[in-house]
Amino acid sequence: MNNLTQDLLSVIGWKDEAKNGAFSLRENGACAAIQSTENIRIDRLEGGKGIEMHIKEFTRGETAYIPACVTKTGVHDIVTNDFYIGEGAEVTIIAGCGVHSDEGEALHNGIHRFFVGKNAKVTYVEKHIGTGNSSGKRIDTKSEFVLAEGAVAVIDSEQLGGVDDAFRDTKATLEKDAVFTVKERLLTNGDNRVDTNFEVYLNGENSKTDVVSRSVARGNSVQRYTSNIIGNAVCTGHTECDAILAEKGSVEAVPALVARCADAELIHEAAIGKIAGEQLMKLCTLGLTRQEAEQKIIEGFLK
Amino acid sequence: MLEMKNISFKADDGKDIVKNINITVPEGQIVAVTGPNGGGKSTVAKLFSGIYKSYEGQILLDGKDITALDITERANEGLGYGFQRPVSFKGFRVRDIINIAAGKEMSNDELKDIMGTVGLCMYDYIDRELNSNLSGGEQKRIEIATVLARKTKYNIFDEPEAGIDIWSFRRLISVFESLRKTSSAGQLIISHQRGILDIADKIIVISGGEVTAQGTPCEILPNLFDGENCGDCPVGKRCSDE
Repeated sequence: MNNLTQDLLSVIGWKDEAKNGAFSLRENGACAAIQSTENIRIDRLEGGKGIEMHIKEFTRGETAYIPACVTKTGVHDIVTNDFYIGEGAEVTIIAGCGVHSDEGEALHNGIHRFFVGKNAKVTYVEKHIGTGNSSGKRIDTKSEFVLAEGAVAVIDSEQLGGVDDAFRDTKATLEKDAVFTVKERLLTNGDNRVDTNFEVYLNGENSKTDVVSRSVARGNSVQRYTSNIIGNAVCTGHTECDAILAEKGSVEAVPALVARCADAELIHEAAIGKIAGEQLMKLCTLGLTRQEAEQKIIEGFLK
Repeated sequence: MLEMKNISFKADDGKDIVKNINITVPEGQIVAVTGPNGGGKSTVAKLFSGIYKSYEGQILLDGKDITALDITERANEGLGYGFQRPVSFKGFRVRDIINIAAGKEMSNDELKDIMGTVGLCMYDYIDRELNSNLSGGEQKRIEIATVLARKTKYNIFDEPEAGIDIWSFRRLISVFESLRKTSSAGQLIISHQRGILDIADKIIVISGGEVTAQGTPCEILPNLFDGENCGDCPVGKRCSDE
């Protein structure tokens, strides 16, 4: 593993203790290391295309790590990962992707499918970051969640900056009593572009979703957020996009709702604007300069 | 001593908001500013803090001319300012804003003290987000806590009682009294509340942008607002005419 990979890993959430559990470490389009445990089995897919993770029924409290890094110019890593979370299991999966390039392109394209069993809960933590001087660092993700009756998926996703282009596509289908929660945080700067899309189908009775995206667009960066919640049963859904603009950043937010059941309760919210003057003023009265106040407000907003 | 000398301030349309005002806030004393709505009280608070600029006159803090200083510089000279309407911050916890105010990571014991002072249980509030899920009264108490956490030489509170229930209000008054006893901080409090006016060392009445009276509570309270016009009345009707 090269030094750049080690630096990126530390930022995207890899910890030494990860080696005590199940993990799959991917570097420059190939599997660098892999380990299963008694309850979490990770199989490599043929040709190094990705992994298949099987989590035993009623597994509790275990964490699996699946980071991927691209540090070589010209690498276009496409990985396909499937996750099968057994009935009643409760686990955390720490993903994350770092790309580094000082010249030319470095791309990671992650395709993930999660099959969350009856009454199982998965917490999926994902951090993306780009480093280096090149303007060709790209991370695309396509994630699909299939939630059985009573299943819960909690997604905590952030793109920390430095990714020049990103396309993030998330889709979920929920059966009875299933819950799908997303907290997304995006920071773009310079000429970065990011598209993030959510599509959630509330098919089962009493299914619930809450999709919240907070973003900061700085420099000349451009963000586009779309979300579509489709209520096909008695269900509750909420989607929210809050964005702060700085310098010449721009954000387009398109939240949408489709209710196909009279008892579907769906709400969408979107708010875009610069940092409120009264927030800056308050922090200045506490002794911060305007620049320090801006930084604190952005850090807090994306926390 | 915090001093405002011959301060005049006009609105963007040229209308006089405050006219030739002189105010002094000595160390260790409570100066209450009262008067009808629209009379210029909050403007005085904002002029002291540096939120309003472009005015005539001078503002001095312990003899140092801070007229040209901005909000941050005045804060760092030792001026605290409690907003009339507390500001919400998405993503900020109560703990975060108090730590920023204190300029350090406060220990749980310190946080417990400061939250207790404003009548809030630390464990119930410290990790809550500073947003509209908190009631107006809760936000107001946290706002006051941010001012107290700074331990500044002079504090300005703009209607600290607004949104606070009567039980917490009594505690709030004891906070101001306690500050007077335990520190040398001078406090300027904009208020309509008798309870606050009663504990003041000096009351200044501002009406129509001017100081119309000042003195001890004994001197001012018996005749407060005698002969005043109703500030918000569209026809300038005198209360005594009703």
